Amino acid sequence: MPLPRAAEKVELLQGTLDMLILKTLIFGPTHGRGIANHIRQTTDDLLSVEHGSLYPALHRLEHAGLIAGTWEVRGDVARELKYYRLTAAGRKRLHREQSKWNQLVAAIGRVMQANEGR
Amino acid sequence: MGWPFHRPRPRPSDAAIARELRDHLELEAAELSAAGLSPRDAERQARQRFGNVTVVHEDVRESWGSLWFERLRQDLGFGWRVLWRAPVFTCIAVLCLALGIGANAAVLSWTEGIVHHPFPMVRDQARLVAIAGTAKGASGLDEMSWPDFTDLARGTSAFDAFFVSKITGGTLTGGDRAQRLVGQLVTANYFDAIGVRPTLGRAFLPGEDVGRGAHPVTVISYRLWQDHYGGSRSIIGTTIHFNGIPHTIIGVTPEGFLGTFVGYAMQFWVPASQQAVFDATYKLDDRAARWVEGFARLKPGVSLAAAQAQINGVASTLEAEFPNADRGRGVRIFPIEDNPFDNAKVLKPMLRVAGIVAALILVIVCANIANLLLVRALARRSELLVRRALGASGPRLTRQLVTEGLILALAGTTLGVVLAFLSRNMLGSFFAPRGGATLVFGADFHWRVLATTVAIGLVSTLLFALAPALHAARVDLATAMRAIAPGAIASANRLPMRAALVIVQLCLSVLLLVATGLVVVSLERLLATNPGFAAANITTTGIDLVAAGYDTARAHRFHDELLARSRTLGGVSSVALARSLPFSTRPYDNGPIMVDGYRSAKDEQPTADYNAVTPGYFKTFGVPVLAGREFSTADADTSEPVAIVTRALAARYWPSASPIGRRLRLRERWMHVVGVVGDIKYRSLDEPPGMLFYVPLAQQRTAYVLLFVRTSADNAANGIAPALGGAIHAVDPAVSPYEIITMREQMNRSTAAQRILVTLLIVFSSLALLLAAMGLYGMISYMVSQSARELGLRMALGASPARLLALVMSSGLRLTLAGVVLGVAIALGTTRLLGTLLYDVSPRDPYILAGVVIVMSAAATLACLVPAWRATRLDPMRALRL
Repeated sequence: MPLPRAAEKVELLQGTLDMLILKTLIFGPTHGRGIANHIRQTTDDLLSVEHGSLYPALHRLEHAGLIAGTWEVRGDVARELKYYRLTAAGRKRLHREQSKWNQLVAAIGRVMQANEGR
Repeated sequence: MGWPFHRPRPRPSDAAIARELRDHLELEAAELSAAGLSPRDAERQARQRFGNVTVVHEDVRESWGSLWFERLRQDLGFGWRVLWRAPVFTCIAVLCLALGIGANAAVLSWTEGIVHHPFPMVRDQARLVAIAGTAKGASGLDEMSWPDFTDLARGTSAFDAFFVSKITGGTLTGGDRAQRLVGQLVTANYFDAIGVRPTLGRAFLPGEDVGRGAHPVTVISYRLWQDHYGGSRSIIGTTIHFNGIPHTIIGVTPEGFLGTFVGYAMQFWVPASQQAVFDATYKLDDRAARWVEGFARLKPGVSLAAAQAQINGVASTLEAEFPNADRGRGVRIFPIEDNPFDNAKVLKPMLRVAGIVAALILVIVCANIANLLLVRALARRSELLVRRALGASGPRLTRQLVTEGLILALAGTTLGVVLAFLSRNMLGSFFAPRGGATLVFGADFHWRVLATTVAIGLVSTLLFALAPALHAARVDLATAMRAIAPGAIASANRLPMRAALVIVQLCLSVLLLVATGLVVVSLERLLATNPGFAAANITTTGIDLVAAGYDTARAHRFHDELLARSRTLGGVSSVALARSLPFSTRPYDNGPIMVDGYRSAKDEQPTADYNAVTPGYFKTFGVPVLAGREFSTADADTSEPVAIVTRALAARYWPSASPIGRRLRLRERWMHVVGVVGDIKYRSLDEPPGMLFYVPLAQQRTAYVLLFVRTSADNAANGIAPALGGAIHAVDPAVSPYEIITMREQMNRSTAAQRILVTLLIVFSSLALLLAAMGLYGMISYMVSQSARELGLRMALGASPARLLALVMSSGLRLTLAGVVLGVAIALGTTRLLGTLLYDVSPRDPYILAGVVIVMSAAATLACLVPAWRATRLDPMRALRL
């Protein structure tokens, strides 16, 4: 019996969320809250990341070696927080995910446009 | 998930995860309060947005792939709480499993202890073979002679070791009492060959097994040492008397060692040189005297067939070299589990059937528990739904339910092994003590047995827990809610899995009942079978004058006086002495014969069994004299040698003429045939009568005889024992008889394997019937409770109670019909596997099949009737409001 992973509940979103997290971290190390805020603000509140998915996703990525978390004091917050940064592997993965994503969007876009043009 | 560059990292501690999540909440609260909320509201809203911190925490932890045993611990903990809350269900399930698994563990441990590993402490039993002699033209097997055996040992290279262990009895005298002991005559290498070292003293030395009576030494068992000599270490070197002959105790075997004869716990061992002390005639030099029960251990890697081929070579050399003794003789080897000389061959087929029965019982138990679990899964539907809605995945629920099953199986296995352990000596209780020794059929709880039992427990978990678990995990909200809606009509068709489980139980119960019926009828017919003599009203006992130190002439006088005294006892109508006892573990004497006018094939050596009897033997046994005459007192040792043959022997060697007046040669002596008597069964009740002839005891004197007394009435047979003992005592107070028993009892004892099987089958098939009825009852009850609304509606619309009764009954009886038909079909195809355990009954006996169908249908009807009756008592108003 395959052991279920916690993220199976959001299976559809999973790949996307992972990609969004990696993309966010390309601008520099930040903590979980920062990532959630970044996604929300960048999408003008269109996408709000469920916390219930965010932290498991972060830890999954860390477990997989795509991001690395360290406890440190940075920037304007005067306390130690867990900051995540991209690893080399994460960067590579992001590039791949991004090009796949672009292809997917282009493909879907073409289908949708063909539909409209009829 | 195939991440590249996967590097294992340590999982953050729970504290670190908690801190990270707390940080998040605080940061968010800070943001919110910066946006104008009060600190309290900010914190509350942050929490609200975040959701269940504990769940997120768990999920984060799982992202790191939690350790399997940790999950198992969680599941076990949860499963334990669930089961604890349903104690009745849990107890029933564990008890049923314990019975099912315990039955399997018991049969496995008996098989291990009796068949695979019958001799405690003996090394490399898997490579041990038993050695038996064969004779052309004779169907059975016999022993080998000492010279043949030693030549065989010298002439082969396929074996590590050859040794002899011949079971024998002896009377231990010393002090004021005599005690019958059972022991073994062995070769000097015996203890070395089996890898057993005396715990005290020494084993036999090379050469101690040769020379008539030259080495009166003995090794005694730990038990005898403890019971008789108080475990005194100074016992070594002291002298004890076996059959009146002094023997020096040289060693004590380690505790737990029983010797090498299945069923017996040996009490002493003597070297073969002492053979004459225990058997009147000295046989070590006699190539025609066959008494050796031999063993050998195959060299590692040598196959049975290769060893047999080598043995055949030696056997034909012996045949050519010693034609007088060995014409037509061969040697066969058997794995010890097929040892023709001990109880293994009787018990092995019984154990095989018992194993199948135990497996069937376990399947029935599993079906029953699976059914209970399905009911529970329905009762727990709301719990499962809630857990599902809260995000527990299907596989996760399945895992949880299987874990619950594992807990049940674990408890059931443990209890089952305990039950099996408690019944480890049960088989022995079916065998009466023989020759002063209690029979032991010990179970062996070898690690193999325990491992197999655990595996059986796991497999049964799969059987009973997996199907319901998968079933439950499939619940999706829509169908589940629909099913909860009251009044949905439940019927067998809508519960396919439960219906199938009930049918399996019914079908296997039918199979077990048929097997039980067949075995019970077999035993009955076996006991009712005509042995060729009138067994009722015969009482017998053994008298060992060797043990009392008699010589032949004295023995002769003792016999005559004993006959005269017993004849005058009240109620006695006739008496006789004989050398052999029918249905005893001690075989009849067997020897090579030559027959007047019979030309044997070139390589055939005719052999026959024979018994030495006194005049009056045939009258006492009620064996008809078909032609010629009985023995008389005129047939003395000085007169012409005579013999009486059985009808089977006469038909074999004188098919066309009367044997009266013809001659028969046993070994070197020609005898005139003076009579023909009816055949009798004397080896076992299910064998055809063997080739047998009789000689007068006066012409074949022996110091060990059996006394047979026919009494006029059965009640006299019960009361004759003290009088017989008194008569023997009156002739010589120093002679004590063996057990005094009736011939009927002696015959019953030969059916131990059948009686064990009958007992097991009756117990287990009753259990199966009960479980099947319970399964059916549970299913129909559930259907009635689920269909209460429909039934109420029908009632309100005017359906009569009889109609409702018929409605419910018909669904139950349809299942029964399916189960019974399937069961009978399987029984028709498989009962012949009972093979040798059946006697005089067809494996497809129509009466037994019909009887089983009736019993099963009656039980099923009863099981359905209760819920059906309850259906008719429904209050329509209440049912409709449900």
